[in-house]
Order: sequence, then C-alpha cells, then structure tokens
Amino acid sequence: MREQRWFSNSWSDSGIHPGVIVVAVFLIAYPWFTSDFFTFQIGAYSLILATIALSLMMLAGYGGMISLAQLTAAGLAGYTVAILGENSVGVMGLGWPWWLTVIIAISFAAVFSSFVGAISVRTEGIYTIMITLAIAVAFFFFVRQNYVIFNGFTGFAGVEPPTLFGIYWRNPTPFYYLTLVIAALSMAAVFYISRSTFGLSLQAIRDNPRRMRSLGFNVPFHRIFAYFLSGIIAGTAGVLLVWFNGRISPGSIGVDVVIDILVIAVVGGLRHPIGPFLGAIAFVLLENFAIDLIDRERFNTVIGLAFLLIVLFSPDGMLGLWHRLRNKFRTARENRLAMNGVNKIDPHSQESFDNP
Amino acid sequence: MRRFIEQHTFWSIVILLFAVILLWLIFAVWPQWLIEILGRKKTFVNTLLNGLTLGGLYFLVASGFTLIFGLMRNVNLAHGSMYLLGAYIGYEVADTTGSWFLGLAIAFVVVALSGMLMQTLVFRRMEGDDIRQTLVTIAISIIVADLMLAIWTGATYQFTPPDWLFGAAQLPVVSTIRSSGDAVYIKYPIYRLAVFFVAVAVGAALWLFLNRTKVGMMIRAGVNDRDMLSASGVNVQLVFVLVFGIGAGLAGFAGVVGGTALSISPGEDVRYLLASLIVVIVGGLGSVPGAAIGALLIGLAEQFGLAYFPTYGVVVTFLIMVIVLAVRPQGLMGGSWSRQ
Repeated sequence: MREQRWFSNSWSDSGIHPGVIVVAVFLIAYPWFTSDFFTFQIGAYSLILATIALSLMMLAGYGGMISLAQLTAAGLAGYTVAILGENSVGVMGLGWPWWLTVIIAISFAAVFSSFVGAISVRTEGIYTIMITLAIAVAFFFFVRQNYVIFNGFTGFAGVEPPTLFGIYWRNPTPFYYLTLVIAALSMAAVFYISRSTFGLSLQAIRDNPRRMRSLGFNVPFHRIFAYFLSGIIAGTAGVLLVWFNGRISPGSIGVDVVIDILVIAVVGGLRHPIGPFLGAIAFVLLENFAIDLIDRERFNTVIGLAFLLIVLFSPDGMLGLWHRLRNKFRTARENRLAMNGVNKIDPHSQESFDNP
Repeated sequence: MRRFIEQHTFWSIVILLFAVILLWLIFAVWPQWLIEILGRKKTFVNTLLNGLTLGGLYFLVASGFTLIFGLMRNVNLAHGSMYLLGAYIGYEVADTTGSWFLGLAIAFVVVALSGMLMQTLVFRRMEGDDIRQTLVTIAISIIVADLMLAIWTGATYQFTPPDWLFGAAQLPVVSTIRSSGDAVYIKYPIYRLAVFFVAVAVGAALWLFLNRTKVGMMIRAGVNDRDMLSASGVNVQLVFVLVFGIGAGLAGFAGVVGGTALSISPGEDVRYLLASLIVVIVGGLGSVPGAAIGALLIGLAEQFGLAYFPTYGVVVTFLIMVIVLAVRPQGLMGGSWSRQ
C-alpha cells in the first residue's frame, strides 16, 4: 500500500518540495564557502540545538506534551560521556571505548526520558510543564551539589570526540557533517514516526485521550514510548553537544538553557519538524550577532521579548507567521487571477460594474 | 479531627506515636547510643528548626502560587521572579529609609501592583489558553530576571532585620549535660523563629480571609465554578485581579522575609520557583492547606537531606515528589478544597 502510493504519485504529490532539494544542496555545500567560525559555531551549534528542540517538538507537536526535561536528558547523555569516557579533570573518566560510552549515554538519556514520561504521564498540559520543569531544575541542583559522580560546580572538561578513520572529528568541517547527518536522520525519524501507526495514534491521543482510551489504546504506553523515542534523539544531540563544547557543567543544563530550548522550539513552530531548525538558526544568529545591535549583556532581554511577541501574536511560531503571510499572498494572487479570468470570459463585466 | 480518628484509627495511632517520638527526641537528653546513630543532638534540633523555618518561607511563596492557580488555572512561572523583585525593592526601600517594615510593606504593594498589571494587560487577553499563558509567564520571567541583573548586578545583598529581631534566643531544650552538671541549652536565631510565626500568621489570615469573608467566599466559588460565579452577578475579572494581586504580593512579601533570613542574589528566583513548583505538586494544586503541608514536608526534607547526606540532598526532595505523583497524582490535598 505504501509502495503503491510512493510510485503512483508524482514527485510534487509525494511531499518532496523542490525547496527541500535546494536546502539540502545548500546545507551540504555550506562548509565549502564559509569560514570555520560559521561552519562550527553557527552551523554545527544550530544543528545540535535544533536536534534537541526537535525532540521537544516531537513530544509537544504530536503528543501535546511540553516537556522541559529534554535538555536534561541531553545533559545526562553528555555527563555520561564525560564520566565513562575520558576527561581532563581527574574525577571519574573511566576511559571506556567511545562507541560503548556513546551507546550507554544515549540509552541513559532514553531511559531517563521514559522515566520523566512515566512520572508526568498521568497529567496533562500545564501540569506536564510544571513537573518536567521541576525535574530539570532538581537535576541541575543535584549535579551542582554532587561532587562524587558529577564533580559539582566545575563539572567536566576535556571531553573529546574520538579520532576515527584518520579524521579528528572535532575539526569544524567533519563535525559539521556529523551534526548534519545526525540532524537529518533525526528529522527523517520524526517524519517517519509522525506517519507511522504509532505516530498517528499519538496524535489522536493528543486530540482526544478519552476517546482513544475507550477505543482500547493504551494511552500511557503511547505517551511513555514517545518520551523514549524523543529521549534517544535528545541523548544523541547531547553527546554531540558535549563534544562540541568539550566540557559540561551544571551551567550547561541550567534553567536558562532549558528555557532556551523551549524558546527555540516555540519560536520556530511546534507544528512541523522544520520549526526547531528555523528557531535554532534564528537563536544562534541572534546570540552571536546581537552584540552588534545591542549590548551583549542584555541578550536575554531580547530573547525574552522575541519569545513574548511570538507567543502573544503568533502562537504557531515563525512557521505560523510564514503560513499566514503565504496564505495572504496566495489569496491576493488568486483574487487577482480570478478577476483577470472574469475579464477574459466577459470583458464587459468590469465595465458593467463600473457603469451601471 | 474526631471523625478522622474514628475513620482512620490505625493512622491516628501511627501519627501519635511519631509525635511522641519526635517530642522525646527534642526534649530528652540523648543517650550515647542515639548520638552514635544520629550524630549530635544540636545538629538534629537545629536541622529540625531550619526545616520548619524554610517550610514557613516556602509556604509564603507557594501559597500565592497556588492561590493564583486555584482560581485562574494560570501557572505563573514568573512567581520566582516576583519573589526576587520583592526582595530587591524591599532592600532598596529599607536601605534608603532605614525602616525594614516599610521595605516589607512597599515590596508587597509594588509586587502586588505588578501582578495586577500582568493580569489585566496580558492574561485577560488569553483567558482559557493555559499553555499560552504559561509560556507568557516564562517569557516575562526571562525578561524580568535579565533586567534585575542589569539593575542590581550579580552581587549578593543582605538585609538587616530590626534590632529586636536580631540575635539568638535560648530555647528550653537541653542539648547536652556538661561533666560539671550544667545543662547546655540550644540557641537559635530569633529572626528565623519569627519567620515561622509570620508564615503561620499569614496562613491563618489567608484561611480566615477565604473562609470567613464575602470576597473569600467568591474566590472559593470561583475555584469551583468560574462561569456560575460570573452568572450570579459577580464581576469575575475584579476577583481575578484581586487574587493575582494578593498572590503576587505574597511572593514579594516572602522576598523580603526570605531575603533577610538568607540572602538575595540572582538565581534565587529559580530556587524559589522550584520550591513553589514542588510544594504545590506535592500539596495539590490550588489548595492552600496543601501548600502548607507540602511546604513543611519539602522544607524539612531539604534541610535533613542537606545535613545528613550533603551530596544527595536534592534527591530526597525529588523522591517525595515522585512518590506523591505515583500514589496521588492530584497531590496530597488536591481536589479537596471544594469539599471543605
């Protein structure tokens, strides 16, 4: 059935917009024509933040659950890499091989995320926000207090990605491609999930949990499984984030960063997986170049105001804004076309309106 | 009370037993074996008192949070920022005028007014859209936190309470008996004891206000059924503004009280936001008695965690939240407000 649809429809109908190909070519060619700063600090960093925000978008957009603990799951993965792998601080750093560390880190994040889901699954809407925020803040205070495992306030430094196939993966261009591949895979996965049976039932649960329950669906299981999947995405991005920064400390998982991820997802738009990417690019550009526009110190005020304006005037984020503009443009054009059409068929109609 | 004992005889006996053991722990001179298990008695009593005071402070912050939620279904995540704003304003006023009480009053009024402003300008526009309201409060808290950092910088401020609240009081609790036979009494800062009593007084005042006045009756009716209250001719918007004012004002008030007991610095807003969140999740959203129970529980858990397992202190608080959510997702007193 799937294949039938795939082949019987033309390209435009199967959902691949020519714009997608243009964007893909641009993203692949991006490191060739930009400086290392733009490849690494802007490109790779946006992609990592976007992937974390994507895991939030998946939960919020398809499951209706706004979880603020996604960055915490990513941070847990990052901490796991620093603890089990190697770091230069001298606390923990068990020196396990990188592939084992990464697998364990991602599964920790997934399990943690499922745990968050299990705690908040019986609640809805704002309760989920509250509980996940409480978990995120509690984890922040916990790692700051705990010196035995998490090395407290200082955290870990000197966390390096492995050198593989003769390439040092923290060099800007290889790292950019690594993040691009992960981001693209995550987005494809989210797309696939959203169209799968599971994703469809999740969206149905978002719209009417009671009806789905009476239809015999296991509502808590669907929700927790969504948390599990989003935990895998967040955990993968968390590993990339700790490789990107080379260090992790309580500050990297603090409330302001947790909120930044929410801002990225909401400002970008929670309706479509592309939203977090738009939001992340806008956020990172603003973060790096706000210094030219306003005082660097007041960056948070700018971010807060942008967030406030988006929430007040365009609840669907930048995507919603774009759709609205396009619709306006389209109706204007259609009106014009319709008018032209009328004129062609009946050239006198216009005149008859003007001169009754 | 009597009905509770008749219905839950077993639990009454357990609670009574706990109370007796606790009283004995507080007033008796500890034998050697107990000191070996629990450490010095002074640590225990001080931790207990610290927990009670902190619980009182948490109640002051969280009662406003829960009051606002109960009526308007609005999770005000800017509540921590209001706490910190109240603390800074109170500090400025107390610093210029030299009167601590004036600082307290003005912090209450200014923060209450800012809360009313928020309700009329922002939340009224998006009534019924809980998630958007919550996102707006997050946005406001980002902006306010950043502006406060701009004005008051990252420095730590410390209030001085009035002279008669300063110093330590000797409690009628013996910590150890010296070899000479003199009893050593435990001392505790008067101000912290005062914090606890202020919290009790505010709690009692809130209870009287909600249960014995006409406006309180309207608020309780609004919690149960907003539309019905509106239909019976009450100006609901006015009640909303009033409750938002009281809730926000309480946060500002707590800012001055807490800022004097501890200190004021950026980051405190997050701490008290977390405290309010956990207190109301544990106690039950919208329930003032729930906030009192939750605050005591969390305050004690935090202090005992800090004193007895320093690097895992937060875990205790967190575990309480998880257990409550697993057993009673609506919180300990959740949903019981309407049944009173």
